[in-house]
Parts: sequence; C-alpha cells; structure tokens
Amino acid sequence: MALFDDVRNIIVEQLHVPPEKVTLEAKFIEDLGADSLDTVELIMAFEEKFNLQISEEEAQKLDTVGKAVTYLEDKTKT
Amino acid sequence: MVLESKVAFITGGASGLGAGIAKKFIQEGARVIICDVDAETGTKTAQQIEGNIHFYKMDISDEEQVKKTVESVVNEFSKIDILINNAGITNDKLLLRMTKQDWESVIAINLTGTFLVTKAIMRDMIKQRYGRIVNIASVVGLIGNPGQANYAASKAGIIGFTKSCAKELAGRNITVNAIAPGFIETKMTEVLSDEVKQYYLKLIPMGKFGLPEDVANLVLFLASDQSSYITGQVICLDGGMVM
Repeated sequence: MALFDDVRNIIVEQLHVPPEKVTLEAKFIEDLGADSLDTVELIMAFEEKFNLQISEEEAQKLDTVGKAVTYLEDKTKT
Repeated sequence: MVLESKVAFITGGASGLGAGIAKKFIQEGARVIICDVDAETGTKTAQQIEGNIHFYKMDISDEEQVKKTVESVVNEFSKIDILINNAGITNDKLLLRMTKQDWESVIAINLTGTFLVTKAIMRDMIKQRYGRIVNIASVVGLIGNPGQANYAASKAGIIGFTKSCAKELAGRNITVNAIAPGFIETKMTEVLSDEVKQYYLKLIPMGKFGLPEDVANLVLFLASDQSSYITGQVICLDGGMVM
C-alpha cells in the first residue's frame, strides 16, 4: 500500500482535499473537484514521482484514484 | 522597484526591443536572462547593461535547445516569474514571390518558437502559482500589411495563442497578454525607405514613430503586479494608428 500512500499524498497536495476523501473509488473531477488543468498536473506529478512517462491516451483513461493506482502499480513492477 | 526579486526570461534579448526591455527590468530590480541566437551581440549587450543580467545562446525554434536552456536557467535561478516572448524575424516579400521556405522560416521562429518557449516555462509557473507572460505581437497581426503575409500571420497567430494560454492559465495566477507595437524606431524599421516612412507617418494620429522605451514601459506594466487583473488582452502601442 506504499504506492497508494504516495498517490494519495500527491492528490492531497495537488487538489487540496482532505486525505479521507481520497478513496480508490473517488473520481478526480466529480468527487475531488479537479479541473482539466489539475488532471494534467496530477499526471505530471505522477510522472515525476514514479519516474515514468504516461501517454496522453493512457492519461485520459485514469479518471479515478483506483485506476491511477492500478496503472502505476502495473508500470512500476520490476 | 516593481520587479524586486523577480526572475525574467526575455527571448531575442540581444538587441532592439528585447534589449530595451532587459534594461528596464534591471532598473526595476529583476534578475534578467536574455536569450538570442546571436551570441556575440547578446554577450556584449549583457555586459553593457550591467547588473544581474545573464546571456544564454538559444535558438527558440529548436525544441531541445529550448528545453535545455530553460532547465539550466531554472537550476541556476530556481524559478522564472516573467517570460517575454520577443524574438522574431521578418522576411518580407509580396505573396506572389513568397516561397514556402520564406513562409516557414518566419512561422518557425515567431510562432512555433513562442509556443516552444512558453511550453517549456509554463510548467514551473503552474507549480509556483505565479507567472507573467507578455508576447510581442504587432499591429500588422491585426490589420495586415502588404509584403508581410508571413509576418502578419505569425503575429496574428501569437494573438490567438495569447488568448488561449490566458484562458488555460488564469486559474493558476498566471496572466498572459500581448502587445501590438506599431512603428517603433528599431533596426527592423530602420531599413524602410523614406517614402514608406512618410506614408505610415500620415496614418499615425500622433504623427511620430514610437521609441523602444515606450515598448519597455508597457511591457514592464504587464510584467509587474500592477497588472494582476489583466489577462488575454492585446494592447496596441502605435500612436493611435489602430483603434
């Protein structure tokens, strides 16, 4: 769950939401109040934190916290 | 000093309007980075202006160079607060004689270059929730000019680019404005014939050409916190020529 903690920290910092709102089901735009530029900033923050590149196409699909976590877990597996 | 502790990045800063803006910013307390393809003039200008001014050689139409330069500037100065997209060229010809290459060379530098530098710098501005971007357009981008289809298109493009950026970045405390100078006494207008100059003087209600100092004053205002509620605007600086 270390990865989830990292992801949650990034989201809390980026979107200024309380940590308890950041659940796996939460949608970035509808539930966490992100605007379109916030979502791009989040993707950029994930890229920086986990040292990877997320394509525009893949980024579009990551609309919930859970999807982002699964995606990042998958990509960071060695 | 209205730019105290600010870091400003000026493209095309080796000479002309860019150098004038750099000088003004230094007087107002900013740390200034000037970029240009012309290293010799750029280095000389930085020495002449004196103060906290630094020259970087950069071709704004080369994405890799732009990325690397911005990265090293941010490493060195820890931030960029102000971006002045000033670099630009002309390559005047009547449309019938204008080749695809004439067209593309002007668009590549004036328009694509502006895009590349803005893109490279905006990321840090978004992060720090602060930025002032001033794009140097031209009145010909609003009214057109025979012999300058490429230049006018690039400047009109900059105006559309300015407004889109302003909308995208408004929520991040970043303002993006354009200025549209008319006839300003610089190297670019020096080459015009007396006949052409006389013709344009008649179109200028104030009856005189502008000075680089006039441009620097307006850019200073738009780059400072005094203009914090102004974004997405195009301000003409032309003695009343376009209104």
